[in-house]
Amino acid sequence: MAAKSIISRPVYGTLSPQPGKHHLFVADAEGALAISDMAAGAPAGFFSDAHVIFIPGHDGKHVATLEALKPAQFYQGHTFASALPRLKQTLANAHMGLRVYLSGTEGLIGQAMQAALEAGIDHTSIQTEHRGSLARRMQCVHCKGITENVTTQPATCAHCGLLLLVRDHYSRRIAAFQGVCINAEDRSEIPPIEEAFP
Amino acid sequence: MSTGTTKLDVVVSDVVPVNDLVTRFHFRRRDGELLPTFSGGAHVVVEMRDGGRTRLNPYSLMGSPLDTSEYTISVRRDDVGRGGSLFMHRNVRPGLEMVISYPVNLFSLDLRAKKHLMLAGGIGITPFMAQTAQLAAEGGNFELHYTCRTASLGTYADVLRERYDRRIRLYHDDREERIELDRLLSTQPLGTHLYVCGPAGMINWVRDRAAALGWPPETVHFEHFAAPQPGLPFDVTLAVSGKTIRVDEQQSLLEAIEAAGVDPPYLCRGGVCGQCETNVISHDGKFIHNDHWLSEEDHRSGCKIMPCVSRFEGKSLVLER
Repeated sequence: MAAKSIISRPVYGTLSPQPGKHHLFVADAEGALAISDMAAGAPAGFFSDAHVIFIPGHDGKHVATLEALKPAQFYQGHTFASALPRLKQTLANAHMGLRVYLSGTEGLIGQAMQAALEAGIDHTSIQTEHRGSLARRMQCVHCKGITENVTTQPATCAHCGLLLLVRDHYSRRIAAFQGVCINAEDRSEIPPIEEAFP
Repeated sequence: MSTGTTKLDVVVSDVVPVNDLVTRFHFRRRDGELLPTFSGGAHVVVEMRDGGRTRLNPYSLMGSPLDTSEYTISVRRDDVGRGGSLFMHRNVRPGLEMVISYPVNLFSLDLRAKKHLMLAGGIGITPFMAQTAQLAAEGGNFELHYTCRTASLGTYADVLRERYDRRIRLYHDDREERIELDRLLSTQPLGTHLYVCGPAGMINWVRDRAAALGWPPETVHFEHFAAPQPGLPFDVTLAVSGKTIRVDEQQSLLEAIEAAGVDPPYLCRGGVCGQCETNVISHDGKFIHNDHWLSEEDHRSGCKIMPCVSRFEGKSLVLER
């Protein structure tokens, strides 16, 4: 679980079954394990009202784990982007009583939460659990471009090429951490680049 | 006279009987200026100088927040209550100079909501008068379900129907009309916030069903002005101010503390806002907690009390004040 540093830095919890009429899960890769761990303590029949949207990692693992829970609906996407229309459609048609559970990488949790917020769900009522990679979704504060799966500190902006310090300053609205140029005074100054978010 | 909130010097500009139980009061500032801005759901505390006794009762502002030339409240007469509403009905006439608090809002709209679902019972309609006016002015999406005993006691039901037509649904107890709550709650679009104001039983029913049907607590807003309950008289020692005082049968602990010249903070005087929370230094006896603020654990601990609505029965009670 990520430590709290500055106030905007998201803090994640542990998924737990909430009272509700329908349950929507969005997860990637090892986020599936957060769902199956939660399922062990869920009331009987809990998944008969559940809809699971899952984006497996490169290894394609954990699909069978989720299918074994027998959710009412199960959708498997290649990328978050390909799953997003389905997520948005689900939220648009939903009624109060739908509960949302997000698990996996920070990028997945943040982007799915962004869609949920747009649909009118308060972020405090969304269950989250971080699992797997610490890779960050980063916005370059200079060109506003988003770079996915940032694992190093500093990191290079995929759009404008600036070398950025990846801050803990997080924007819920755009679901990304802020990256600020680390060598604005002298571009030839290249600090050591470390694997910070494996 | 109190640290509750800043005070406003007002004059009663009109008194209008609404039905058998309810009367409306209009206040303007004595200096002719505009009153402070407020938002739908706000209340003011009205000071009533009744002989040697000062009563302080909270009432929701029911006028449109867009008009601050006057404040309006509606008071339901309670013949068996502690006398505040009777004082308003019997003694308050146009021209009377009164003191009221600045508005305080403990029941505000969450303007991030996609839709506002409002449930009112009886005189619980008053905060919604202001909230619907506010939302209607900005094109907000709302729907109000209003239960009343009979059509003639449906305070402002006709006004609301006239203004908002089908966004208002009425239910009359004498015709055995009842809100189909589960169906209503289950068919609301995502992003709806729920607001309920009415008798305690109605609020509890709505909150319980909403929680069971999966409404997150952040989306459920309620307001209940619990009038202080009478009870056996008891004695209290106030440690900081070094006073020992008696709380009468019909007096709240907060009122007794104020009468003794101590100036405790307050906002709602109804056991919900937390402002008057007071530490208990020692006690020998049992608390009668009537508030909605302290946790059950706080209630059991015997270390805290909300003097606006809660009482005590026993040998001794020492409070920090």
